[in-house]
Amino acid sequence: MFKAKVDVTLKKSVLDPQGQTVLQALHSLGFKHVEGLRVGKHFELMLHSSNRAKAESDIKVMCDRLLINPIIEEYSFQLEEVK
Amino acid sequence: MKAAVVVFPGSNCDSDCWHVLNDAMKTKVQYVWHKELNLPDIDLVVLPGGFSYGDYLRTGAVARFSPIMNSVREHAKAGKPVIGICNGFQILLETGLLPGAMLRNRTLRFVCKFIHLRTENSKTVFTNRLSSGEVLRIPIAHGEGNYFCDEKTLEELEAEKRIVFRYSSEAGKLGDEFNPNGALSHIAGIMNKEGNVLGMMPHPERSSEAILSSDDGRKIWESILNSFK
Amino acid sequence: MNTTMQEPGMTKELIASHGLTDEEYRRICDILGRDPNFTELGIFSVMWSEHCSYKNSKPVLKLFPREGKNLLVKAGEENAGVVDIGDGLAICFKIESHNHPSAVEPFQGAATGVGGIIRDIFTMGARPILSMNSLRFGNLDRQQNQNYLRGVVAGIAHYGNCIGIPTVGGEIYFDEFYEGNPLVNAFCLGLMRHEDLVKGKAKGIGNPVYYVGSTTGRDGLGGAAFASRELTEESREDRPAVQVGDPFMEKLLLEACLELAKSGAVVGMQDMGAAGLTCSTCETAARGDSGIEIDLAHVPKR
Repeated sequence: MFKAKVDVTLKKSVLDPQGQTVLQALHSLGFKHVEGLRVGKHFELMLHSSNRAKAESDIKVMCDRLLINPIIEEYSFQLEEVK
Repeated sequence: MKAAVVVFPGSNCDSDCWHVLNDAMKTKVQYVWHKELNLPDIDLVVLPGGFSYGDYLRTGAVARFSPIMNSVREHAKAGKPVIGICNGFQILLETGLLPGAMLRNRTLRFVCKFIHLRTENSKTVFTNRLSSGEVLRIPIAHGEGNYFCDEKTLEELEAEKRIVFRYSSEAGKLGDEFNPNGALSHIAGIMNKEGNVLGMMPHPERSSEAILSSDDGRKIWESILNSFK
Repeated sequence: MNTTMQEPGMTKELIASHGLTDEEYRRICDILGRDPNFTELGIFSVMWSEHCSYKNSKPVLKLFPREGKNLLVKAGEENAGVVDIGDGLAICFKIESHNHPSAVEPFQGAATGVGGIIRDIFTMGARPILSMNSLRFGNLDRQQNQNYLRGVVAGIAHYGNCIGIPTVGGEIYFDEFYEGNPLVNAFCLGLMRHEDLVKGKAKGIGNPVYYVGSTTGRDGLGGAAFASRELTEESREDRPAVQVGDPFMEKLLLEACLELAKSGAVVGMQDMGAAGLTCSTCETAARGDSGIEIDLAHVPKR
């Protein structure tokens, strides 16, 4: 069994008004040394899979087909074997 | 001409679309539940607005995999007309029947108001009753209407005259102040290469009867009917 | 394995924590002819809560007219009133308060207030076509009242929008009088044909009872009794008593209920509001002059 943690963000080329708004809010709270904030999504799922390679390839297919919109989003993931 | 309005869980503009086609345009129209495998024998497919699947994951992302969408894809491949309004447009984008994607409105706010649309291409199935540059007053109601595509796609859309509507002033002027959501190049509606699939964010079904303070949207339905004569 | 639940004894603290006064407890004993058990105490606690019984507002509400030749369903008979508007059509409408949840969690409190009132309408067989609201806050020079205003308006807008029912109007007043006690009233109106009317009556011995909609979680438990209590700083800890709304699920429920009502397959339909199963079972059974047996283990849980 594998636990997958997937992080999805907007591509760098896409404007992120939510990220800008949150950044401005942080600045107004005094955290003026923060820059480059992006807002994204986090998925966590459990996979019944016999091996790591299969689990990885499954995650990639799931991301490309449903979990992300490849036109505007990109992703990264971590896979952890669990008992 | 016969039409079908596809209903997804969470669609809420389906009955307005049905009413306009049935009562205002006097056209045969029926509802088709998203779980159906095949469309009935009809000419026009309407993907209505609303919050299909609660807009969960991304707007239109889950509806795209509804059983009926295979049939809608084939209907489009066969060159028959499909119109996607608001959430319907978002579903067409997720399906890949139209290029590009929708982002959240630039202001991050849901916008619900009347806007003006300039007709960019009046030689389509959906706009043949309009003149080039004609301005329509139609309402919008969306939180994710900020159309986006990469430079190459934008160039293609421009070159092939596939941008059908742009947000404009009442006089037909373009500018950020007339763009309610920050959409790239003020794009409000586009069509596919073959010209039979249209996606538009504004709601023509909410402006097809004078009693609703604008019937400019009626001309879009008239254009579609006209293309079947 | 056979387990027996230890029933807590009736103590002053237990009775008070259920939001019941000594006077009310005495009346319960009179009605039952004995002390109530723990479950019965809980039932009276919600049924006699301010939210469910409007006991403090009743003297004022009684001053409104209750008769009229166009009334198809009068005030208090069912979940909402129904008025004939001619041509075989009728309108079904109701207004309800959701003050306490909105004071603790403005966005979700107001959102679920809208959700609740909409449900009252479609469970009568009417299609909701519009909603409105009546709001009262303390003066806007105080940050807290600004937060209430922002949260409540956003919650109402979000929920109504997602479910596809336009919020077409409302009224709002700001006054010192409402300081610390914002008022959030949600109104909904639906349209129906006379024959579409479904009453909240449980009848027909042996008929099954169906629970439809979202699963039950720990959130919202005791919500009705919570509404009877005075609001304090500590009330903020009561956030779990405020539920999170799911307008998408309710839209599905709305369509399913209207389809069900038209099918003729149901003898009665009622919504589960603040007092949930307790209220809906008690009220429908009372109206149908019958009783209801439910196995709580079957309640769909989160």
